[in-house]
Amino acid sequence: MSVPRYWRNQVPRYRLMGDKCKACGARYFPAQPVCTCGSTEFDDYKLSETGEVVTWTVIRSPPAGYERYAPYVVAIIELDDGMRLLSQMVDVDPADVKAGQRVEAVFRKVREDGASGIIQYGYKFRPVVE
Amino acid sequence: MRRVAVAGLGIVPVKEYWDRSAQDLFAEAAVKAMKDAGTDNVDSVYVANMSGALMQDQVNLGALAAGALGRPGLPSIRVEAGTASGGVAFHEAVKAVASGYSNCVLVGGVEKMSDVLPEYVNTALAMSEEQEYTAYTGVTKAGLSAMLHRLYLDLYAEPAEVGMMAVKGHDHAVGCKHAQYPFRMSIERAMDSPMEADPIHMMECSGVGDGAAALMLVPAGESGIEVAGSAVATDCCSLAARKDPLAFEAVRRAAERAYGMAGVKAGDIDLAEVHDDYTIDGVLSLESLGFAKQGEAAKLVAGNGTDKEGKIPVNTFGGLKARGHPLGATGLYQVAEVALQLRGAAGDHQVPGARVGLAQCMGGVASVAAVNILRRFGA
Repeated sequence: MSVPRYWRNQVPRYRLMGDKCKACGARYFPAQPVCTCGSTEFDDYKLSETGEVVTWTVIRSPPAGYERYAPYVVAIIELDDGMRLLSQMVDVDPADVKAGQRVEAVFRKVREDGASGIIQYGYKFRPVVE
Repeated sequence: MRRVAVAGLGIVPVKEYWDRSAQDLFAEAAVKAMKDAGTDNVDSVYVANMSGALMQDQVNLGALAAGALGRPGLPSIRVEAGTASGGVAFHEAVKAVASGYSNCVLVGGVEKMSDVLPEYVNTALAMSEEQEYTAYTGVTKAGLSAMLHRLYLDLYAEPAEVGMMAVKGHDHAVGCKHAQYPFRMSIERAMDSPMEADPIHMMECSGVGDGAAALMLVPAGESGIEVAGSAVATDCCSLAARKDPLAFEAVRRAAERAYGMAGVKAGDIDLAEVHDDYTIDGVLSLESLGFAKQGEAAKLVAGNGTDKEGKIPVNTFGGLKARGHPLGATGLYQVAEVALQLRGAAGDHQVPGARVGLAQCMGGVASVAAVNILRRFGA
């Protein structure tokens, strides 16, 4: 992955930052340049960092670059603000994931571009310990 | 708009061609289609291909394909819409003839998947998703479909009912000369196979194959096979952001438009070729096309409703699972198969009296869909 491509996504990835339409209030993650209502005026929008699992899978045949992490869980998560996103889940046995499970965002390594490339980071979600 | 007819078709059997290039396969399908049409007076070419850039380091396939046909000089355009490339290219070719801009179009699709290792096939499929926030999670196409599969099982069906989509595909592929896997597969075999992306079993997934298929399109006369409807639609790319992820809105929208053009309803369709890259995708496609209500398609399939003698015969040559799924070429295999059925030339696969047939393919998790409807002239 090129440096500018990684760099321009750092804030949204590290802070879970999307945008919110000034005209109709629709919220997007990742941020959207034109709203479905037609507006191009947006405010930044910070997503909730806790939520629950809607549905999930276990990736056993990963794409190139993710081999060392397999098998790993990927889930659709509904955040407490109602937004939904896709995320890897960590610190959990795949057999223990359940619909409705409470989860929280954590900052984790995602992958490496070889021995001398960028080490890429981002959000993942893990079960909340009650 | 002028009415458009299918004048010829050419199909290359789906398999692993270690000794042949994408251009070789494209040319074989194209030459077969021209021979079948009885003319090589082509005035423009469309090439459907999804992953040449990743798998062969090759773009600009339009010019290469025209050259491979010995026709450098022709207008020749590559169309890419993920795994919907074939259906979308057909749609564009139909528009070229309908508008009067072209009089004889060759539209072919080609994909050479066997040139790369399996993890790169997963990468290629994930390239149809938004890269920075969807593919970045390490999710695969199978994984995205698997999340839908789990929601569907929670609400509507047993795993073996969804799995029957693959079993029926294999049943239909037996004896098909262009199918990659023309043999029966039991539901036990499917359900006992390892997980690919839970709850999708390996034997519920389409495989890796090379292939090419082509059709010739001309202005319609008074006989043969006409294009009755053709439409493309899109949906929000992010599965997580969709209001109802189990509704393939792109498929529904494209179908609605194509049905309207053809003046038919789902109940008027005599056979359908649908996009079963994973069993759940085939099931949800049947529902979005209107062949079953939401939550009822798996039971329709398991209850023999999609058999050759059923309510709506589906994937009569095996579908993506058993005929094979060479990505960008798949949509053109589907259309060619529908044309064979309407000609009454489908041999053991023939749906008796077939007059109107539908081909549906999609890219991403139904973020783009193409629906093409063919009709036997006068039917």
